Amino acid sequence: MSVLIFTLIILVGSCFAGLVGSLTGLGGGFIIIPLLTIILRVDIHYAIGASLVSIIATSSGSAAAYVKEGITNMRLGMFLEIATTVGAVCGAMLAMFIPTHFLAVILGSILIFSALLSLRKKAQQIVEHKSALAEKLELNGSYPGADGIVNYSVSNVGGGFVVMLFAGLLSGLLGIGSGALKVLAMDSIMKVPFKVSTTTSNFMIGVTGAASAVVYLQRGYIDPAISMPVVIGVLAGAMAGSKILVNAKSSGWLRWFFVVVVLVLASQLIYNGIIGKI
Amino acid sequence: MAAKTRFKDADMQAVIGWVLRIGVIVSVSIVLIGGIVYLYRHGGEAPDHKHFITQPGFVQLGGIIQGIIDLHGRSIIQAGIILLIATPILRIIFSAISFALERDRLYVVISLLVLLIIFLSSMSGHIG
Repeated sequence: MSVLIFTLIILVGSCFAGLVGSLTGLGGGFIIIPLLTIILRVDIHYAIGASLVSIIATSSGSAAAYVKEGITNMRLGMFLEIATTVGAVCGAMLAMFIPTHFLAVILGSILIFSALLSLRKKAQQIVEHKSALAEKLELNGSYPGADGIVNYSVSNVGGGFVVMLFAGLLSGLLGIGSGALKVLAMDSIMKVPFKVSTTTSNFMIGVTGAASAVVYLQRGYIDPAISMPVVIGVLAGAMAGSKILVNAKSSGWLRWFFVVVVLVLASQLIYNGIIGKI
Repeated sequence: MAAKTRFKDADMQAVIGWVLRIGVIVSVSIVLIGGIVYLYRHGGEAPDHKHFITQPGFVQLGGIIQGIIDLHGRSIIQAGIILLIATPILRIIFSAISFALERDRLYVVISLLVLLIIFLSSMSGHIG
């Protein structure tokens, strides 16, 4: 196999990963790591490095659009980034010492958990009770809804902060955006409306990714030959995915189909990790 | 101070959206150009990515700059990737400036704290 063929295979795979990632809401990084490690037998540390770079590209690209719409809560994002970046740096340092097959098993498990989580029903909730800490940190916000401006409050700031530390840790350890966990923290714990939690999570992923990427970069785990097709492919796939999401109303079965694909990939990852092939 | 001249959240959102968009477009274009150069020069060789080998030429800034001068595709790609990693960091810097213009001292401190965490982590490795 030549470099050209190898690059083209990664490019096509990354495009698929970006598409699936955006349609399921799991993010492209999640799918590209099993593809690189299981099918192309790339060292998992390289795969994580490339995935981190692609996450920064997709999240920054879509955050640019969301921020302008005024839905993203930038203060909430900025405040929680303290937790995710601290977690990310710890996770990235930890990844340098954890054996590769062990990383594969953890990634596979998280992947299954997040895929199931993505099928969860999303209920829009508006909480108006006042939390003193949220008030002090100016976290309560508003966004333009269908019937005018919607005001909302943020609850349980401490609990959300702790879950964000963990989300950052996973992000640095496994090279994923851990968007599902970030959304869960804001949604279920901090009681932020779903529209705000998804866009704010996306806004935070880039910074979290950058905090771990600098660690991988210095250890030589970000390889240009692998990262190049991954970044371009994932970005192209994600852009196509968001177009499909806007146009197709019946994306329900598509989600189910891809969740099954993700589950198969994840169990492969766990299996290969356990028998020590990764 | 006149209220109409004050910097508002909406202005910040516009500036940050702009920073993110330009950052991604420019860095991915550089990666693409580097990729074409790399495939043109090395497309026929056999790849080896099963085993991890540190490549100092793509880690140290001096090595990358020298590589770009020598028109090494992978050095150009790496420069694009570093710019991409810098994009969210640049976003924090712009947020800090915006919060300062809004006179929101608490969030200037929070932004700088996040910046400090990333800076410390980037000092943790071998390059220093």
